Parts: sequence; C-alpha cells; structure tokens
Amino acid sequence: MLSIKNLHASIEGTPILKGINLQVNAGEVHAIMGPNGSGKSTLASVLAGREEYEVTQGEVIFQGKDLLELSPEDRAREGVFLAFQYPIEIPGVSTTNFLRTALNQIREYRGQEPLDAVKFLSLMKEKMALVEIDQKLLSRSLNEGFSGGEKKRNEIFQMAMLEPKLSILDETDSGLDIDALRIVSNGVNKLKSPSTATIVVTHYQRLLDYIVPDVVHVLYQGRIVKSGSKELALELEQKGYDWIKEEVDTAKATA
Amino acid sequence: MSIQTKQDLLQGLFTASPSNFISLREQGKEKFLSQGLPNQKSEEYRFTPIAKKLEQAITRFSPASPLSLSKEQVENALIEGFEGDILVFSNGYYHPEFSSRIDGIEVSILSEKPNTPIGSIAKPEKDPFLSLNQATFSDGVFISIPSKFICKKPILLLNLHQELDGQVISPRIWIEVGDFSEVTFIEQGCSLGNSPYFVNKVIEIQGGVQSQISYHRIQHEGNQVIEVSQLETDIQRDARFTSFYLSLSGDLIRNNLSLYLKGSNSVGNMYGISLLQGKSLVDHHTCVDHKEPHAESNELYKGIFGDYSRGVFNGKILVRQDAQKTNAFQQNNNVLLSEEALINTKPQLEIWADDVKCSHGCTVGQLDEEALFYLQARGIEKTTARGLLLFAFIAEVVDKIQVESLQKYIIAQIQERLGSTF
Ligand SMILES: Nc1ncnc2c1ncn2[C@@H]1O[C@H](COP(=O)(O)OP(=O)(O)OP(=O)(O)O)[C@@H](O)[C@H]1O
Ligand SMILES: [Mg+2]
Repeated sequence: MLSIKNLHASIEGTPILKGINLQVNAGEVHAIMGPNGSGKSTLASVLAGREEYEVTQGEVIFQGKDLLELSPEDRAREGVFLAFQYPIEIPGVSTTNFLRTALNQIREYRGQEPLDAVKFLSLMKEKMALVEIDQKLLSRSLNEGFSGGEKKRNEIFQMAMLEPKLSILDETDSGLDIDALRIVSNGVNKLKSPSTATIVVTHYQRLLDYIVPDVVHVLYQGRIVKSGSKELALELEQKGYDWIKEEVDTAKATA
Repeated sequence: MSIQTKQDLLQGLFTASPSNFISLREQGKEKFLSQGLPNQKSEEYRFTPIAKKLEQAITRFSPASPLSLSKEQVENALIEGFEGDILVFSNGYYHPEFSSRIDGIEVSILSEKPNTPIGSIAKPEKDPFLSLNQATFSDGVFISIPSKFICKKPILLLNLHQELDGQVISPRIWIEVGDFSEVTFIEQGCSLGNSPYFVNKVIEIQGGVQSQISYHRIQHEGNQVIEVSQLETDIQRDARFTSFYLSLSGDLIRNNLSLYLKGSNSVGNMYGISLLQGKSLVDHHTCVDHKEPHAESNELYKGIFGDYSRGVFNGKILVRQDAQKTNAFQQNNNVLLSEEALINTKPQLEIWADDVKCSHGCTVGQLDEEALFYLQARGIEKTTARGLLLFAFIAEVVDKIQVESLQKYIIAQIQERLGSTF
C-alpha cells in the first residue's frame, strides 16, 4: 500500500529525514518509536503534504501513485489521514462545519454523490458513538478550550468519519487517561480492516497493548535504524534507547 | 491639490450649485475655502491621498446630472430576495417614479423642505468634504418617521451612479426618526458605467427618545469610484443606533461615521467588514461621542486585504466629563493576504470622565497557514479552506446583521469573493 524509498527531507535547509525506507502493506499495523526529535512527526508531515518540508531525495508510492506529487487535499482524498500530534485550534470553525465540506469534497473526488444533511448527521451519530465523543464538542470551535484528551479523541472521530486507507496516528495516546486510551484504541481497532493500514507513532508500550503492531520500527536521527516484531517495543520500554544509539554510533565509527 | 484643480472645483461645482438653501450654501462655501482640501500633511487624511486621486481621476469637476433610468436597471440592482420598501436615486437625485410610497412615512425632495435643519448634526467645520457638500449638494431627500411608528419592513436606499455631464455626485439626506419609533435602512450604491466619478455624500440622522435605528451600507461600486461619505447621527436617551458597513470595492473610499450619544442609557453599535482586493483603499474614520452617563457603545470592524489593497481604521471614542458609567468597547481585527496589502489602524481615546469602562484592541495578522494545512489534510480544497477560515474570521460581524435577506445577500457576496479571488 505504501512504499517509502530513501526519503530525505529538510526544513529551512536542515536535513531531518536522511534516507527512510518503509514498506507498509494493507492489513498491517506499523509502530514507529524513537527518541524526541528523531523525525517521527516530520515523516508524518511529509506524508501528509506539509509544504514547509522540502523533500530532497527519494520517493513515496501510495497505492500505485506518486504521493509526493499530490496536494495535501488530494492525498487525503486518496485515503491518507494524519491524526496530528498537536491538533491546532481554529476559532470560528467547528468540527461539524468543516467535516461536512471535507467529506463531500472527498466523495466528489471519488465520484460519489454528496451526503445530504440527514445522512451526514446519522453518519456522525454512528461515529460519535464509536469514539464516545459528545456532539456539543463537535459544534464548538475546533479544539478551542478542548482538553488534551478531547483533542485527541476528536482526531480519531474525524478519522472514523473520513474512513481513510492509511491512518497515521502521531502520538494519539499522549495525554489520554487510561479510559480514553481504551476508547480511542477500540475505535482505531474497529476501523481496521484487511484493506486498510495504520502507522502509529508512540513512545509508550501501553498503546501497543491495545493496538497490536505487526512491525515495530525505531527512528533515530532521521533513519529507521531498527525494525522488529512487537517484542521490540517491550525491549525499548525496559532498556530505553541508549543501546540503540550506541549500536548506531559504533556502526558509524566503523564505517 | 493644484491651483488649477481648485479653480476647476470652484468653477464647476460652486457656480453650478442649485439656487436653494442659499445662505446654507454660502456658509458651506466659506468654510470650505478656509479649510481647503486635505493634503498629505492633514492628520485626518494622512493615509488617504484623496486630493491626488481626484486630480488623477476626475477631469470634469461639475455635477453629474440625474439619469433617465429604466425599470430594468432598477430591478437588476436590487438585492435578491429583498422584502421591503425602496427609494431610488440616480446621481443623488430622487426618483419618486421608481420608489415605494411608504404608509405613514414622509419622503420629500429636500428643496421642498426649506426649513430642514441641514448642517445641525453634520457641522460644516468638521471636515472639508462636509462643507463642500453643504455648498454644492444636489437636491436630496428628507425622510421623516413619526413618533411611535414601527417600520416593520426595511427601507432600501438604492443609489445608481454614472457620470453624466459631470463627474461629481453630491447627495444629501436628512432622516428624522420620532420618539419610540423603529426603522431599518439599507443603503446600496451601484455603478452603471465604467468611467470614474466622485461621490461626496452626507447623511444626517436624528433619532428621538427610545428610537431604534439601523443603518446598513453596502459599498460595492466600480473599482474606479472615489467616494467620501459622512454619516452623522444624533440619538437621544434610551435610543439605540446600529450601523453596519460592508465595503467590497472602489478606488478610494473614505467613510466618516460619527455618532453622538446625547442621552443617557443610549446604545451605539458600529460594525464593519472590509473585504478588498486589487488596489482598493477603504478608510473608516469613526467617532462615538459619549455626552451623557450610562450609555454604551460597541464597535467591531474586521478587514481582509488581498493584492495591493489598503485599509485605514481610525476609531475615536470620546467620553465627556458628564458621561460617567460609560461602557465603550472597540475592536479592529485585520488579515493581510499578500505582502503588498496594508492596514493602518489606530484607536483614539479621549476620556474626560473617571468612572468608565473602556476597552479597545487592534490586531493585524496573516492567514493561519497551519490551520489551512489542517483543513487541507482533511481533504478540503485549498481555496475552500481559505474561504472557510476567512469567513470564520468575519462571521462574528455577519451575525450582527438583523435583516435576514440582507444577511443572506452579504454572506453570498462574501462567499463569492472568498471563493473566487482570495
Ligand atoms: N519547523 C521547524 N523548524 C526547524 N526545525 C524543526 C522544525 N520542525 C521540526 N524541526 C526539527 O526537526 C527535528 C525532528 O522533529 P520531529 O518533530 O519530527 O521529531 P519527533 O521524532 O516527532 O519528536 P517527538 O517525539 O518529540 O514528537 C527536531 O530536531 C526538530 O527540532
Ligand atoms: Mg513528534
């Protein structure tokens, strides 16, 4: 579904991603872990099409299409969804308000009829129940005065509404209490299918108890330096990143 | 302003002015000659090079004649879905043949009401364009709403403009609203041609005790139009006056808006939206004058400036010594969409009473790129996303419009503008 080859990206001339290779197939869950500042969110942003990041090398193929050629909105319409690490506030624009526009533009792109108000509302109700989010929250200005957990829940609600093919969850678990974590993870799991894939960026094993990954990657200094099974996450939780950093540094020194 | 232009003005306008209100016109002329036209050094017109503009765009400083209108022209200019009474004007002249007869309300040609206290609210010494209008106004109208009269439907003042014989249009309107009466006006300008003209307009409104008056202006004339207008309003105790300006186009537009709160417990609301592109310049100079205690004023202006457009906002709040317990609020927020767009914004507070609540603020920013990306990342087209964000920015002001058809019209105008060009 997603094939990233030798991806390099920089911001304001500073290279951040330095040769990412990643293959994600339909039906899979990939976890990306790694120390602060290693480039996890940068990778997510590059995939979503943020213009500040300049791709200097490499390619990203998503379902046979050159993803890097597409505008951010077309990537979303093709089925890429990014749940932001730090969802921003947008005064005067409510979730309900922009989601209807979003959903109908996505449907138009896919050659589907727009949803009328009634159908849209019933879809909302269904998805609201899935992530246990309150309608009141959705008619308020986006994220204005939302708690950390409410913001994250809102991201997953939007994901549920838009039914993406590839979901990238950037630290969606941070700031969630244990109940919210369970609700959000359940939501994510219910949306999983053999034809969709998920990339979860996280620092914590506890999320991976709920959303069980097929592969765990460690991103360090702009590269994926280690990949393994779900046990790798457990090992990282116990031992931290130092041993990986050392491995990388020795490899560099001998190279 | 060059000597030549000044000569043209005098020759063209003063000699051609109608032979009514003789002493009033004399007084206006005298005041104008002592004030002169503002130049770059005039504080009040510092950012608005009006004299230069006039010199560039106006070649014939003589009054434009009334147009012979067709029914079609009038209908085409109307706001879609508008329900209310209509008064039609061309180049400042009233056209009773196209206008509604409004039960219970007197509408007369100004020259038929020689005792109208013109200039008693809009005092000619205040501004050179005011005195110029007083000296040279074409025949305007007198509108009188009796006491205890509730005008259920809004009244549309439809102004059709086009240069004809001359390029200067000098309308004058006097409105008096009796005690306990309610009325809503919508004033709309419409260009019929493409050549430049200069509108120099004065509107005076006298609001009685506990009257409720709303006055909306839609400024959407051609991009070659130069306009200076003065809306001067007096209201008495327990009265409420609300103004709303939607400025969408024009070459150079200067709006002087003054509200005198002459009675206690009166309320003044002043709202405005400027949505500009190209090289348009819109200058809002507002003044609310609190003369008596326990009055309230709310002012909220928002501007979105694209291309090379420019905005000026100067909001004066004057609280006189007797006006204790005044509540005055003022806010001006702006978004600049291009490097070349510009806004000069300035609050001007003069407070002589000690027990007052007064707040003001102004902001200038850009479109929030992160918010734009967020919406795009949800599948929304960039232009739609921009429109959504910009509309959200001004929605607070749009919500203040009480007339449903007008609100719809304004939303449609704004959406068209945000969808197509920005
Ligand atoms: N706009 C920016 N300008 C300059 N540097 C940036 C910018 N955005 C990110 N960086 C830098 O890029 C590097 C990678 O940041 P990124 O946010 O991708 O890390 P991360 O792996 O997501 O970290 P965390 O675990 O803390 O979320 C950091 O050193 C960061 O400071
Ligand atoms: Mg991050």
